[in-house]
Amino acid sequence: MANPHTNQPAHVKHYFVSSEQQFDAAKMGMWLFLVTEILLFSGMFVAYTIYRSWHPETWMALSTALDWKLGGLNTLVLLASSFTVAMGINQIQRGNQKGLLLNLVLTFVFAGIFLVVKYFEYSAKIEHGLLPGASFDPHGVSHGFDYATYNVPYGPQFFSIYFVMTGIHGFHVLVGMGLFAWITWKAKNGAFSADYYTPVENCGLYWHLVDIIWIFLFPLLYLI
Amino acid sequence: MSHSAPGLNYLNHAKGFKSWALTLDHKRIGIMYMVAVSLAFLAGGILAILVRLELLGPGETIMGPDTYNQSFTLHAVLMVFAFIIPAVPAVMGNFVLPIQLGAKDVAFPRLNLASLYIYLIGAVIVMFALVNGRIDGGWTFYAPYSTSIGNGILFVTAGVFVMGFSSILTGLNFIVTVHKMRAPGLTWNRLPLFIWSIYATSIVQVLATPVIGITVLLLFLEKAFSIGIFDPALGGDPVLFQHFFWFYSHPAVYIMILPAFGVISDLMGTFSRHQVSGYKFVALSSVAIAFLGFLVWGHHMFVSGQSAVSSVVLSLITYLIGIPTGVKVINWVQTMYRGSVQLKSPMLYAIMFLFTFSIGGFTGIMLGVLAIDVHLHDTYFVVAHFHYVMMGGNVIAALGGLHYWWPKMFGKMYNETLAKIAAFLVFFGFNLTFFPQFIMGAQGMPRRYYDYLPQYEFYHELSTYGSWVLAAGLFLIMFYMIASLINGKKAGLNPWGALTLEWTHTTTPPDHHNFHDTPVVTRGAYDFHLAKHLFEYGGEVTELDLGGDGTAAAPEEAPVPNEPVA
Repeated sequence: MANPHTNQPAHVKHYFVSSEQQFDAAKMGMWLFLVTEILLFSGMFVAYTIYRSWHPETWMALSTALDWKLGGLNTLVLLASSFTVAMGINQIQRGNQKGLLLNLVLTFVFAGIFLVVKYFEYSAKIEHGLLPGASFDPHGVSHGFDYATYNVPYGPQFFSIYFVMTGIHGFHVLVGMGLFAWITWKAKNGAFSADYYTPVENCGLYWHLVDIIWIFLFPLLYLI
Repeated sequence: MSHSAPGLNYLNHAKGFKSWALTLDHKRIGIMYMVAVSLAFLAGGILAILVRLELLGPGETIMGPDTYNQSFTLHAVLMVFAFIIPAVPAVMGNFVLPIQLGAKDVAFPRLNLASLYIYLIGAVIVMFALVNGRIDGGWTFYAPYSTSIGNGILFVTAGVFVMGFSSILTGLNFIVTVHKMRAPGLTWNRLPLFIWSIYATSIVQVLATPVIGITVLLLFLEKAFSIGIFDPALGGDPVLFQHFFWFYSHPAVYIMILPAFGVISDLMGTFSRHQVSGYKFVALSSVAIAFLGFLVWGHHMFVSGQSAVSSVVLSLITYLIGIPTGVKVINWVQTMYRGSVQLKSPMLYAIMFLFTFSIGGFTGIMLGVLAIDVHLHDTYFVVAHFHYVMMGGNVIAALGGLHYWWPKMFGKMYNETLAKIAAFLVFFGFNLTFFPQFIMGAQGMPRRYYDYLPQYEFYHELSTYGSWVLAAGLFLIMFYMIASLINGKKAGLNPWGALTLEWTHTTTPPDHHNFHDTPVVTRGAYDFHLAKHLFEYGGEVTELDLGGDGTAAAPEEAPVPNEPVA
């Protein structure tokens, strides 16, 4: 399957001189994109740090409003998905297309589980009025606990930051699912081989970043 | 690979709307960016002329106070986000950078086309805000004022967010292209200085733009859902907004000025016919400016209530930026002194830049002095400084670059005499517009005011008259540039006798694929001392009529493409 004009494999674009150059360029571009992602989240981490250092008592009190068991479950789910995507890359490097396909499907399923858990967490918050900013209005009783006790000063800021950070993270998970659906479809059609698996590698890098950001979000919001 | 037939180039190898709208060719994308960015400049410029006209006399002249506030805000938003940021990198960077690298395209052509469409979508959203109305208070969108005005701010923040993606994609593309796509033999020390400065710009674009992304996103959410991050009425902190905003927007002024430095370096080398003095220092000073630019944002906030320690530290780092900038200016002057200067129209802009940019740079250091800043803060002095750097720096350099690369882009020469007249009008008009603003600013005229005391009338009048001269110069440029496309003289392969690859190794206009064979580079970008050896003209310059001024010009024929020089 070589390109008749350049004597290069068909996946090599005409403006690259070799498959290696194309792979290196794509990977470097992905790393730069990940840098921009970290900087996007950095603004929110700065906002978190400032408001926490100003109102530590609010932050400690309201972190108990988040369900650490569901958060912990989601952490495990994302870690498992990072493992499967790494295994997928490992499999295609060995030329095993079936192994790749299996691991991509598993990754997609784990990402879906993460969002389902997140949905249940969000609906509980919304039900009890634990909402950002002006909508903050804790109310109702559940399992003998009165949510009104969460009505503390600067509580709205906590939930603004919680919803914005996890919301943007959740959006990234959703985008990740789209990406995995796309490369799973391509993998099913045999688009990848040990010689060409650039999209798999780059989606994997993206997915690890989404995972790492959650690894920071979970303790900062749920545990401390 | 396929060889094109003679006479075919990137402009005419394919025809029709689709061949442009769906092109992946960096040259065509650059040209489309040029059209879009020029329209933004025209719209922003017309608003500027109207704002100046309103200020011709005290009281109402042509518009009411609300219209005035909205006009200067839209002037600023259009000029900053839709014009200056993409102007040099997305137009000249796109067109020239891959060719100067000896590459057939950028590393990610599809992302490149996507960045154009993302830019257009963002610009349309911002323009929609104009119709939606009620956006005033300037381009800085300081909270809580910005979240208390009409819903138009939602569109403006969304538009800026979207245009930010375009900027990130362009920067990312160029960094990877410079790292991975250089031609054999094109080492970092042989790169044209234009590439070095676009590279430094790209680093800033990639590192700073995501921060404005999250800032305007939070501002959007503040307006839409009252999340209380910035609004003090809801427990938020408005100074946090200013920190976020300037953490992007100060580096962003280097996104605007660094590419200008690159254009000026190329012009200085080519038209002085001499190696750019202190090449490595000039190259690395761009990177130093990009780095230091991230550490000075607080000098916009000396009177915003940040701690005295922060102000002192950020003031000191601000002075440091004067060093790499001074290194550049001194080396350009040295290049001219050592070389043999040809006063072609692009070079006129380069020399103009030395004056206007230096004034802008020095007044910037003045504003970085804590005590002086308290006096000059929010006066016309700041307005004048900003315009001397942005217009006197970026726009002047962009005009120089446009005159320099125009023959390569379209294969036509413009009228050199008209170009020189226009250059004079721009220089004279620019200084007449903005120099009086330094004086009235120092005397206390606050910026953004609709009305003023009679004592400032004289300076405002001068400034408004200047804006007319400046506009005349710019419209003249538009006129003869468009005229050159219709009946301009055919441009030679290398009308300026430059030594970078876009002049020595491509046809005019360039072939669709830039090069038939990847060039092999054996020399630096400004090795004019090798010219005799390279061109085999015996060191003599052949006469070439470039518009009737009769000065000795460049060799008529550059080395034939296909054959690596030397």
